[in-house]
Amino acid sequence: MESSPSNNFLHRAAEKTGRTVIAGIEEAGTCGVILAQSFYWLFIGPRIRQPVRLNHVITQMVEIGLHAIFIMTIMGATIGVMLAIQGIYALRLFGAESRVVIGIALSTVREFGPLITAIMVAARSGSGLAARIGTMKINEELDALNVMGINPVRFLVVPALLAMVVMVPALTLLSIYVGLYSAGLYVQWELGMSMTAFTKDIINILSLDDLLHGLGKSLIFAVLIAVIGVVNGASVKGGAEGVGKVTTHAVVQSIAAIVITDMVFALVVTRL
Amino acid sequence: MTNQATKKKLQKERAKVIEVTDVVAHYGPRMVLKGVNISVHEGEIMVIMGRSGSGKSTLLRHMLALELPTSGAVKLLNQNVSAMGAEALFDLRRDIGVAFQSGALLSSLTVEQNIMLPLTEHAKLDRQTMEIMTRMKLEVVGLSKFGHLMPSQLSGGMLKRAALARAIVMDPKILFCDEPSSGLDPMTASALDELIIKLRDVLGMSVVVITHEVESAFNIADRIAVVDDGEIIFIGTVSEVKKHKSTYIQNLLNRSAEAGEIHPEEYLRRLTGDGSVKDLNL
Repeated sequence: MESSPSNNFLHRAAEKTGRTVIAGIEEAGTCGVILAQSFYWLFIGPRIRQPVRLNHVITQMVEIGLHAIFIMTIMGATIGVMLAIQGIYALRLFGAESRVVIGIALSTVREFGPLITAIMVAARSGSGLAARIGTMKINEELDALNVMGINPVRFLVVPALLAMVVMVPALTLLSIYVGLYSAGLYVQWELGMSMTAFTKDIINILSLDDLLHGLGKSLIFAVLIAVIGVVNGASVKGGAEGVGKVTTHAVVQSIAAIVITDMVFALVVTRL
Repeated sequence: MTNQATKKKLQKERAKVIEVTDVVAHYGPRMVLKGVNISVHEGEIMVIMGRSGSGKSTLLRHMLALELPTSGAVKLLNQNVSAMGAEALFDLRRDIGVAFQSGALLSSLTVEQNIMLPLTEHAKLDRQTMEIMTRMKLEVVGLSKFGHLMPSQLSGGMLKRAALARAIVMDPKILFCDEPSSGLDPMTASALDELIIKLRDVLGMSVVVITHEVESAFNIADRIAVVDDGEIIFIGTVSEVKKHKSTYIQNLLNRSAEAGEIHPEEYLRRLTGDGSVKDLNL
């Protein structure tokens, strides 16, 4: 029986969807395997005389954290001022501008601080990680590590993962502090509220739970950025073009994963 | 007894350090190794030759256990790598050195740090001893003045020599070299050949060299294995290979293009893909 063009189209579409779903499941599985291997090398590695080198972790921390301080300060300040501007504008409709501090405090600590930091780190360091591992794969450097008896997960992935887990929450704290401070300056200028009053309000409004909510999310984002960067880098095919593609994929997937996780996290935590 | 017969007898007496038995490998549906059998003896230089795409590099990757065969077995130093756990395999790999075609030095480390890397990861030595050992290997490959440079600052020949230094820094029992002289000028290539022979003679290593450089192969080989289309079609000494009557081997040695005329109809069939030559109304 000959199939009609519309049947062919449906067949091809179903096949393409199937392949995409399978590839996605495969990629998620690889992420899980990489994560499990990272834990293995972190905790079992030292017992079999193959520890994770502290100097590699520090190098990564400098790259991911210290080198990002300037851009995170700028971003934090911009987000803080932007929230203040929008908050005052919206609340002015009800004549409640003075309540803007509540919105600024909660949205910076619980939402924008962790989110913007994670997106910046994904764009800056997640892409860098994918490009580095992709290039190493193409240049046979990963094979070289393997045949030298050096496990690439222990040598490359665990240091990056540990550095992310430490530096993303640290950068989030910086971003929150700078964001609140710059918002305070804007509120002082716009509404005439003193910095002391602004700070007191912030302290009264925020609880430890709010801070833990933000930092908890940033910890999950850190793991996502590292694992997605590594999996994309390791899946590179072709030459320089392939590295470019996986770098872009890593950034897109990381940001999508961060935003979706953010929503799920907020939903779960606020319902508990 | 002739020289060749003596050589063969000596090879039989030496222990086998690599044994590849009936190895079959696939890339997707395509069979890339078709039941390969090859063994390398202690202190022997085995050259694996063949044209591009013949399966040389795939065979090397299977010998290094970077890929596992569909069937068959690869034994390195009497241990079956296909059946080994990851930990045992990593231990075994400390007795193996590999100089990759591209050098594969880590671009974020200096040449000296690259060469010292296996020592820092595996040897329980103090820093000073490791530095001395590294400098010795740099001296062996003639790069003692370039240890502080980054890999990107080295020429092609220097990269290959640095890769060789890293491959031998742990004094491995087996050394693998993937295309050591490709892309090099004749003088540098010849110096690398001499270095490989010296490593075998002085350090007693068994060496496997993958190459399609005929001159280099003749200079260094104890035996040559010729690979074509995923199969080893001949293994023998240099003189045996030179005398072999196979057209493929002679073309390979004489750098001639493969002979063989294609019938016009067959050519068109290949182009059209479905064999519908008649549809073209020729």
